[in-house]
Amino acid sequence: MIGGRAPAAGHTYSVPELQAMAKELRRDIIQTIYTAGSGHPGGSLSELEILISLYFRVMRYDPENPGWADRDRFILSKGHASPGFYAVLSRAGYFPREELATYRQLNSRIQGHAHPMTPGVEMNSGSLGMGLSFALGCALAARLDGKDYMVYALLGDGECDEGEIWEAAMSAAHHKATNLVAIVDRNRIQNDRFTDDVMTLDPLDRKWRDFGWRVFETDGHDLPALLDTFEKTQRRRTRPTVIIAHTVKGKGVSFMENNPGFHGRAPNAEEYQKALEELA
Amino acid sequence: MVAQRKMASTRQTYGETLLDMADSFPDIVVLGGDLNVSVFTHLWRDKYPERFFDFGPAEQNLVGVGAGLAANGKIPFVSTFSVFGVGRPFDQLRVLVSQGNLNMKLVCTHAGILTGEDGMSAHGIEDLSLICSLPAFTVVSPADSVETVQAVKTAASTEGPFYIRLSRAATPVVHEEDYRFQLGKAEEMREGSDVTIFATGVMVSVSLDAADMLAAQGVEARVVNIHTLKPVDEEAIVAGARETGAVVSAEEHYFHGGLGSIVAQVVGQNQPVPVEMVALQGYSESARAEELMVKCGLTPEKVKDAALKAVSRKK
Ligand SMILES: Cc1ncc(C[n+]2csc(CCOP(=O)(O)OP(=O)(O)O)c2C)c(N)n1
Ligand SMILES: [Mg+2]
Repeated sequence: MIGGRAPAAGHTYSVPELQAMAKELRRDIIQTIYTAGSGHPGGSLSELEILISLYFRVMRYDPENPGWADRDRFILSKGHASPGFYAVLSRAGYFPREELATYRQLNSRIQGHAHPMTPGVEMNSGSLGMGLSFALGCALAARLDGKDYMVYALLGDGECDEGEIWEAAMSAAHHKATNLVAIVDRNRIQNDRFTDDVMTLDPLDRKWRDFGWRVFETDGHDLPALLDTFEKTQRRRTRPTVIIAHTVKGKGVSFMENNPGFHGRAPNAEEYQKALEELA
Repeated sequence: MVAQRKMASTRQTYGETLLDMADSFPDIVVLGGDLNVSVFTHLWRDKYPERFFDFGPAEQNLVGVGAGLAANGKIPFVSTFSVFGVGRPFDQLRVLVSQGNLNMKLVCTHAGILTGEDGMSAHGIEDLSLICSLPAFTVVSPADSVETVQAVKTAASTEGPFYIRLSRAATPVVHEEDYRFQLGKAEEMREGSDVTIFATGVMVSVSLDAADMLAAQGVEARVVNIHTLKPVDEEAIVAGARETGAVVSAEEHYFHGGLGSIVAQVVGQNQPVPVEMVALQGYSESARAEELMVKCGLTPEKVKDAALKAVSRKK
């Protein structure tokens, strides 16, 4: 429990429990994408511990009442990484796990990119760069309504090439959105190639700091480190906060790890078997 | 021959109408992009600073934040010039506001060539085409300041994405104060049986003048104010086509994707009759608004000529 915020589940997950959950949800991700025949495994696997930390230790929400006015908001800005998000949402109780099999299928609530037709999803996505602005809107709404909910936005590192991210960063600091926490999934790979080859982002910490944000860095797969960092974000909130989470794209599946080829392609039958074996 | 009408600024009316709604709509918040004096939202900014947010000239973020506020029960009125408010954040309007079906109100001023001296980059002649292409949006182009008051109030009380198109220049007032605006219901402003002129925005006034000219030549033109482009009043368009046998569209917008396209679509699908279009044919230049209206052919004479041509094409 962080800052007195109890997750709706009513059970405080231990780190080993969360680690076991991560393994199970990695299998869900692989299976979801394999079943659909398309999707984005790399960013779904890199973001997983961040999402698990948020949904099972940090955020306050009620899956029985997704529109609960006092819920903490989570905005997946890198909406292509929806399989990881869906695996977590279904585990958190927003919809049955079986529904993951309908991902990208006709008449499904589980869209290719996250859309609010899925219970628990706040924002439509698929076009990079928008989530931090939207999250700022949520954060300002909290202030107008005198509510104390937090707003978390998960951004890709390649996504930080988008100008709108920096428009939003500048304005969040200007408007003193102290209830806003951005997390950058710093997996160092974007659509085509490594971020260093496409567009230099470093020094990323200084960019955020210079835009008026408080910056934390952490290993984005080390659950104790993540939980500790999220806990720190709750102290002395006088500015918006960003967590640069250093991750491995494709984390957990050896041949997907750090491989730009698995940004946006499904495993074939053989790869699927191998991935499940590795995650057994 | 051209009627003398009082002139009024629709953008000033907009700013004043917002103030009127502050108490009755506590969820209204106003968002600006460093053009608040020009779009008259500075009136609100100075009176309700805690319900106002400026984002500078950064329109993608402006619309994105508006979407986030709308998703949390606020009624954001987002305002800037039409070129900046529609063109730059089109993707945010599409993905967040339209596909998210959010209750955000985009009210843009300085549409069309009436923006004048600032020249072609400042002339929003494509905004209706762009915004009408977004499925969830309701689109209103008021004819004058009287209609603007009611359109803005209607936007506040109607759930869903809403676009209102206003001008920089003061425009002729064609409505009495007791006029009742009905969203999605076209307004017949003049009866006529020989041809129907469907007009929007400032072209309503121009078309009324054209109808006077036509009457002097023995041609009775019906003039219909299409203030709501989306959802458009198909019945009124079909009735005009059926009952008068020829139609003209008149808009201060590029001919592609605006009122003319909408009218031609409805007429072609339901009641094919000759259609003539008065609209902008391309980009314009720096000059006074009145000069540009003449140079671009948005005059009573040109509307009259179009009407006569439509009549002559009747079988
Ligand atoms: C505006 C926009 N441009 C391009 C794309 C295509 N696209 C999808 S994912 C992606 C790369 C994203 O990389 P990153 O943000 O690093 O995501 P992650 O590594 O977490 O998957 C691109 C360019 C898009 N979705 N939106
Ligand atoms: Mg990346």
